[in-house]
Amino acid sequence: MVEVQRFIAMFPEGKQKSALMRILHLAEEEFGGWLSVPTMNYVAGLLNIQPIEVYEVATFYTMFNIEKPGKVVLEVCRTGPCMLVGSDQIIEHIENKLDIKVGQTSADGMFTLKTAECLGACGYGPMLQCGKHYHEHLTPAKVDELLDTLRKEHSEK
Amino acid sequence: MGRKLLLEHIDVPGIESFEVYRKNGGYRSVEKALKTMSPQNVVEEVQASGLRGRGGAGFPTGMKWSFLAKPEGVPRYLLCNADESEPGTFKDRYLMEKIPHLLVEGMIVSSYALGCNQSYIYIRGEYMWVLEIVEKAIAEAYANGFLGKNILGSGYDLDLAIAPGGGAYICGEETALIESLEGKRGNPRIKPPFPAVKGLWGCPTVVNNVESIAAVVPIVNDGGAEYAKIGIGKSTGTKLISACGNLVKPGVYEIELGMTVEEFIYSDEWCGGIANGKKIKACVPGGSSVPILPANLITKTAEGVDRLMSYEGLAEGGFATGSMLGSGGFIVFDEDQCIVRNTWNFARFYAHESCGQCSPCREGTGWMEKVLRRLENGQGHMHDIDLLAEINKKIEGNTICPLGDAAAWPVAAAIRHFREEFEWHVTHPDEAVKRNFGIASNHMPLV
Repeated sequence: MVEVQRFIAMFPEGKQKSALMRILHLAEEEFGGWLSVPTMNYVAGLLNIQPIEVYEVATFYTMFNIEKPGKVVLEVCRTGPCMLVGSDQIIEHIENKLDIKVGQTSADGMFTLKTAECLGACGYGPMLQCGKHYHEHLTPAKVDELLDTLRKEHSEK
Repeated sequence: MGRKLLLEHIDVPGIESFEVYRKNGGYRSVEKALKTMSPQNVVEEVQASGLRGRGGAGFPTGMKWSFLAKPEGVPRYLLCNADESEPGTFKDRYLMEKIPHLLVEGMIVSSYALGCNQSYIYIRGEYMWVLEIVEKAIAEAYANGFLGKNILGSGYDLDLAIAPGGGAYICGEETALIESLEGKRGNPRIKPPFPAVKGLWGCPTVVNNVESIAAVVPIVNDGGAEYAKIGIGKSTGTKLISACGNLVKPGVYEIELGMTVEEFIYSDEWCGGIANGKKIKACVPGGSSVPILPANLITKTAEGVDRLMSYEGLAEGGFATGSMLGSGGFIVFDEDQCIVRNTWNFARFYAHESCGQCSPCREGTGWMEKVLRRLENGQGHMHDIDLLAEINKKIEGNTICPLGDAAAWPVAAAIRHFREEFEWHVTHPDEAVKRNFGIASNHMPLV
């Protein structure tokens, strides 16, 4: 709640809605990696705005998950520059490794695979984002190593 | 070796900290401006520098500042556009990540010039770790008296805060950014009124790119006239170029505007040539939205003159045989790359990122993506190529914001310069699919 108040205080009196995006990012982090309707209603209450104002923002921006994903969300950049250096092969490798397609979650509920449009790592592709972290210059071997590490980290949680 | 104004200290260990940044001359521009210059003096120096917006449009920054309405009793705002999302562009991230205080310093001086007491940096949400780095720099600036009340005893107050985006390319458009900063969907506004008159919360607002704001620091330190001596013609100063694609050394480079494209691509000091000993096939010199250039028009203009890395140099010949400097996102394609596949990929990007507000963009980008996908999948017809050109005409110039143009230009340029490759996809469907490993159909089934 201290963080929420800090975000609201960044804006003038009466303009607290401007803190919405920051609070949605925080809410997603705090509430299992997604924004359920009760979570969005709760955020609306924090900002003293209508729930619909939260829904329309949460559904517009691609970073917000409005369906529950796996414990770990892998977002592979698939746009031009990353494609030129092999992002399609990385996507295919992850699909085969986890036995899922883009948009799906692995059977054990651990990984959700998504694609993203340009993550601003064009000179360091192919790459994927996982939480706040960028993993760049990927190869199939590096992906395998990353998946093992993530699986280990998140199995303990 | 080119002169460096923004990245001069980039390799100094610990330069991201206030202490090291300060030891290397950081925050001199704030001291100079607040102690010896009036806000109008700063605006005049920026005008004298000839600085053009580094976000893509290239509009003169000083002129933009001079448009800011100054009604009494109404706050004015400076917003930094750090919503870097143009494919091929990753320079602002580099600057913020490596030398965050340069942006903070630029924000203080620029805010002072514009008479703003509250400014914001809008950073794309995916760059959350960058946001944390810049936020730390802001906290250090507060702790050392460069932000907050009565900065350096000058009587000038400034608060600076960061707001994150949520993964929408459209928020790089200034009015969409303002909408987003107000906690809404990033739908662009109809202009006029322009933000300089009616921007954030209805108040006069200037929106500048990260690199533009950082460039104000050397302009104030050394004077606008000194800055204007660098570069060529109306392309003054230095520019960050983010080079990617099939290059030996992709990365972020600071160049003096006016060097040749040939030197930039092939010199060991810069990109080091094409990777794996291949030949160049094409180049998108200014981010995905600008027209692609085939090999014969990259290093030379249609008249056979050396093409220069400058606003005018890359535009030489207009869209018929030229392109744009844009954001400086320099994407290079080697001889093995498929232009149709790349065009489809970019079209998919714009279809995905259209905010959906205008019908020509919402429907047109999706339509282009589908037509290109079927060409790529070996299911296209010869008339699809002309159909693409027709859709282009319906989108271009018919939308509230420039995303429609940004979606249309790459497709038009690809057909203009590589029509035979589109036709080959129609006449050789099986080979086209084989060449692309069937990837288009694997990852994007036809609807």
